[in-house]
Amino acid sequence: MTRRSVTRTYPIDRIRAEFPILGTTMRGKPLVYLDNGATSLKPQVVIDAELDYLTRISASIHRGVYQLSEEATVKFDEARASVRQFINAGDDGEVVFTKGATESSNIVAFGWGRKFLKAGDEIVTTELEHHANLIPWQQVAAATGAKLRFVPLDPAGRVSPESVQSAVTERTRLVAITGMSNVTGYMPPLRETAEIAHRNGAVIVVDGPQLVSHHPVDVQSLGCDFLTFSAHKMCGPTGVGALYGRRDLLEAMDPLLYGGDMIVRVGKESATFKGVPDKFETGTPNISGVLGFGAAVNYLRSIGMEAIADHERELLAYAARRVGEVPGVTLYGPMAERGVAAGGVDPGGILSFNLGEIHPHDVGAVLDGEGVAVRTGFHCAQPMMQFLGVPGTVRASFYLYNTLEDIDRLVNALHKTLEVFS
Amino acid sequence: MNFADDLYKEIILDHYRSKKNRRRLDPADYHQEGVNPSCGDDIELFIKTDGGIISEVTYDGIGCSICTASANMLCEALVGNSIEFAGKVLSRFKGMLTRAEEPDFPDSAADLEAMQGVRDYPVRIKCALLAWSTLDQILSDIQSDANPQ
Repeated sequence: MTRRSVTRTYPIDRIRAEFPILGTTMRGKPLVYLDNGATSLKPQVVIDAELDYLTRISASIHRGVYQLSEEATVKFDEARASVRQFINAGDDGEVVFTKGATESSNIVAFGWGRKFLKAGDEIVTTELEHHANLIPWQQVAAATGAKLRFVPLDPAGRVSPESVQSAVTERTRLVAITGMSNVTGYMPPLRETAEIAHRNGAVIVVDGPQLVSHHPVDVQSLGCDFLTFSAHKMCGPTGVGALYGRRDLLEAMDPLLYGGDMIVRVGKESATFKGVPDKFETGTPNISGVLGFGAAVNYLRSIGMEAIADHERELLAYAARRVGEVPGVTLYGPMAERGVAAGGVDPGGILSFNLGEIHPHDVGAVLDGEGVAVRTGFHCAQPMMQFLGVPGTVRASFYLYNTLEDIDRLVNALHKTLEVFS
Repeated sequence: MNFADDLYKEIILDHYRSKKNRRRLDPADYHQEGVNPSCGDDIELFIKTDGGIISEVTYDGIGCSICTASANMLCEALVGNSIEFAGKVLSRFKGMLTRAEEPDFPDSAADLEAMQGVRDYPVRIKCALLAWSTLDQILSDIQSDANPQ
């Protein structure tokens, strides 16, 4: 193999062998999977972790005094410690398991926002946001009388510390911002944004599914108060995710759901609840999913998030050049300026584009026929589509197992699309 | 026959490229917007009637080739025909795509058979149906205008 990776030391062949699905076909052609922004493929170690629980353990956590239940509880706690370590949270109590980033975001919106925001307060956010980090805040604003303010974007869809500063006032109580746009891969200056928020007495919620999956994240050095993310975008199972929250903030919040396992004592008229994170985890959780999540973060750590981010950077640069050369292609976001990102932060491994006047779904359908999976449409980010002035885009998003050959296959399929619609 | 030829038959591409019926009618007797929330496709249908006959029918909006080709076919098939005829073609078109019924279109609507291949691509069925679901709404409006409660 000569052109799998531009970085010679990156173990691309070994990594690819660890993902069984990469040996399969789609529409009769070897699978090229470029829809990692939507969800990632699963390595054998994650599949094994889930299967091991289902076939060998199966018992619930925190309940039984028998061996299988004890083992389930120990493994569940180990998974929490792995996730805590992955984002460098201060203690395990700051990591709440949820069903995904959307639930995490709603826990903050209703557990913190609904409880502490009042009329006249301001929530600062951006047009970059995924609906999961926008709609909960719209709902909380409507319920509390708080106001939404938007950080102005530059023409390439970027924010700067200055533009964040221009939107934040002494009335700002909360800043909700993505760590990495799921449309363009753009990564806002988080540390500076957190500083501005904190200087004005606001808390910052970082929508992290893209960021955490593709880049090293240290919640303490970033200074984020809340971070939401999903296991399935980072080699883990669907239906499980996490909320990181600063301990004092989590302790002050109310849970979204009430019921079993979260309680200390229950009487006929009232109940008292456990501390963090247990009070947010009522009901029997997705145990196999959480164990798969733990295996996924350990797997990613074994490769190294820095190495993965470097690999994706190379893929993105190559893709922007090759796709950008296809006649009629318009690139969106920072890569429209050929990879030169203002403010010095490279975008993450996502390339959004359109091919002439051809509707994104038509591009996606021809690509599908060539065995190439991409996402088409508005990417759960309609305000961002309005900002870009398009009904949708084609999005190729990369991960640790993608290769330069995948991008060559994408480019060939785009030429094929031009032939079909010429 | 490869995949792209299968879905994107030449006849469908011809209807997609045709801009003949892609314009707004102002005023129109009936006007309805149809949206597919899952993909953002947004089609408006305009109809003028004259004594139970569809004298003009056009569409405008944003959609993929399957969606706009289907809207164009709708206009071609229905213009100059009766409301009853429109209802019959609509029900056969839906039957072909959602109940796997054999297409049995009148000669003037025979192009619609080309859409049969969409059946094998379940996520695209809603693209082909958008203009027709919008028509369905207009036909109900026509019905209630004809039989006021």
